[in-house]
Amino acid sequence: MPELLIRNGRVIDPASGRDGNADVLIRGGLIAEVGAGLACPGAKVFEAGGLVVTPGFIDMHVHLREPGFTHAETIETGSRAAAAGGFTSVCPMPNTSPVNDNPTVTSYIVERASRHSLVNVFPVGSITKESAGEALAEMGSMKKAGAVAVSDDGRPVMNARVMRRALETASAFGLPVIQHCEDINLSAGGDMHEGVESTRLGLRGIPSCSEEIIVARDLLLAEYTGAPYHVAHISTRRSIEMVAQARARGVLVTCEATPHHMSLADVDMPAYDSNYKMKPPLRSRADVAALVDAIAAGVVDAIATDHAPHAGSEKMQEYERCPFGIIGLETALGVALETLYHSGRITLPRLVEMFTLGPARILNLDRGRLAPGAPGDVTVFSPDLVWTYDLDKSFSKSRNTPWGGRAFRGGPVATIVGGEVVWRRP
Amino acid sequence: MPAGLLGIEELPREEIEVILNRAKDYQPMQDHCFKRLDILKGRMIVNLFFEASTRTRISFEIAAKRLGADAVSITASGSSLSKGESLVDTLNTLAAMRPNAIVMRHAASGAPHFLARHLPIPIINAGDGTHEHPTQALLDARTILDVRSSLEGLRVAIIGDIVHSRVARSNIYLLSKFGVDIVLCGPAPLLPPEMARIAPGVRIAQDIREAIRDADVIMMLRVQLERQHEAAFPAGEYFQCFGLRQEHLELARPGAIVMHPGPINRGREIASEVADSQVSAILNQVENGVSVRMAVLERILG
Repeated sequence: MPELLIRNGRVIDPASGRDGNADVLIRGGLIAEVGAGLACPGAKVFEAGGLVVTPGFIDMHVHLREPGFTHAETIETGSRAAAAGGFTSVCPMPNTSPVNDNPTVTSYIVERASRHSLVNVFPVGSITKESAGEALAEMGSMKKAGAVAVSDDGRPVMNARVMRRALETASAFGLPVIQHCEDINLSAGGDMHEGVESTRLGLRGIPSCSEEIIVARDLLLAEYTGAPYHVAHISTRRSIEMVAQARARGVLVTCEATPHHMSLADVDMPAYDSNYKMKPPLRSRADVAALVDAIAAGVVDAIATDHAPHAGSEKMQEYERCPFGIIGLETALGVALETLYHSGRITLPRLVEMFTLGPARILNLDRGRLAPGAPGDVTVFSPDLVWTYDLDKSFSKSRNTPWGGRAFRGGPVATIVGGEVVWRRP
Repeated sequence: MPAGLLGIEELPREEIEVILNRAKDYQPMQDHCFKRLDILKGRMIVNLFFEASTRTRISFEIAAKRLGADAVSITASGSSLSKGESLVDTLNTLAAMRPNAIVMRHAASGAPHFLARHLPIPIINAGDGTHEHPTQALLDARTILDVRSSLEGLRVAIIGDIVHSRVARSNIYLLSKFGVDIVLCGPAPLLPPEMARIAPGVRIAQDIREAIRDADVIMMLRVQLERQHEAAFPAGEYFQCFGLRQEHLELARPGAIVMHPGPINRGREIASEVADSQVSAILNQVENGVSVRMAVLERILG
């Protein structure tokens, strides 16, 4: 593989604190050198003048739907969408069919990815067998097969005793536990955030407290066990407050925010548009503001998309029958730049950190930085490029997004995995 | 008026007034020796009812026929829906037969809004889930205006299972546009505080006597057991706490009327003697249903 020289971009590497114009040289699939005026005869050259060059983005929360639901997405199509979104690594959640609750399924995903994926795929194993919330899954052997965390995403662990044992066990294997926080008794039957808007539309509500009750319980368990714990797609003001307080007293808690929860509120949904239906639901304006504040204050560790493809026919139904979830890989950076950076709420290095070093730390991945010897994963983006999200050209198999046809200021320009350019903006 | 009629919330007050005035013109026709008009001659209206309905469906049918239109009624059990066809496919099939409008009732909130985005045919909402029932609110307003000169300044109490009621929502949206003082009353789990914030001029009363005091209109709602997803309220206590009884009527303003969208549950939300008394406008509501729906169909298709 020839060397790749990425020349004269604004290199932002949160791990080293670097933020300035420099070249990045990748050799043998690894970062060889970062510095000004690097020369390397024979290397392929990528001119990055006017662009931002960062460690490869990591999306720690996606659904690739393989095995089991390949009508909606596959590892291949999902990885192409990831590459087009600037992501060099993605972590698929275990709610496939069969559930990724044993090393055979984990190995299958890793093997399929090695042949069909453009980007690195680090599977998340389940917490319990079949994510049924009862017997623990084979965490140790899933880790050996390549799992980087455990989660029963979409089917939260409701039994506190099971959750306690899961934290203890996962922690012993060095796996973080990722919880989709939702008390399913409180949220049962709900279709959107419970508030004036759901009342107005005659839709059943998912109250904020259905998330907060599980966050509160899990923080107590994480504190009691000393295990690392991660809140997926945090969405309410009270959840954020509790995470910040717990962290202040030493609990090993991290959290992620999605582009949709930081930019859209329940009132933004055009009447009964299922492209705005997901879990947790779009919350109130006050919750959205609190989430952006939390990101600015450093409480949020990672931006993750919860990319959740559903076939067109599944979303072309009465609102209450439509499944939850939207795709998000290709729009994540555009939304985050607009919501967080162009609005003046955070700096570019902080934004980059949440896409790179933040998730790498949570998952103990040796990625998310541009140090010599690190994997040659690089994302090149423009903070100012104006582009339009054309769903007809999306790489995802699904079309369920609120942002189809939307113009963005800022987006990915090239995605480099192991020294190879796997996607470049046409 | 836009292409169809999906709800009252987005309907301007002036549009409501036009419909209510036109409905008044049609009231005398309901008496006897009725002569079929030809205002909608050659038009075809499909009544598509995915939920059981007697009065609304028949009322729409009669309204269409009195205006000279052809009306076809389809109920879910007799259609391809029971064979697993999706809502979109059913509607596309119907649309291919080129009706001039589809009158639709569906158990899912927003179902007609969803279809309106995908079909080029006007859709008239005849009740969607727990969201809206616009023609019911129009006929209720017509019924009130038959005994009061204006809606402005009236006090209307709406009592019962508010959260599951599309009749309540449409009435709240309509009455609020006319500056009516709206008081809601019902068991707490069936009356979330957010209901008072969906439109201006709405407040919540805990006690049925407080709700009825000085009311010009008392609207009773049916206890919708089919929409109860959980045991939100002990059913045995319902009539005792929220049922309308004769003695309550003394608290209302002189000349107050009692309304109910039907079908009524005697002895559950309303005492039998109240339902049959002079103050009951329940049958006037049914009668006005035809006049109001004639006005709506004419407005959309005429």
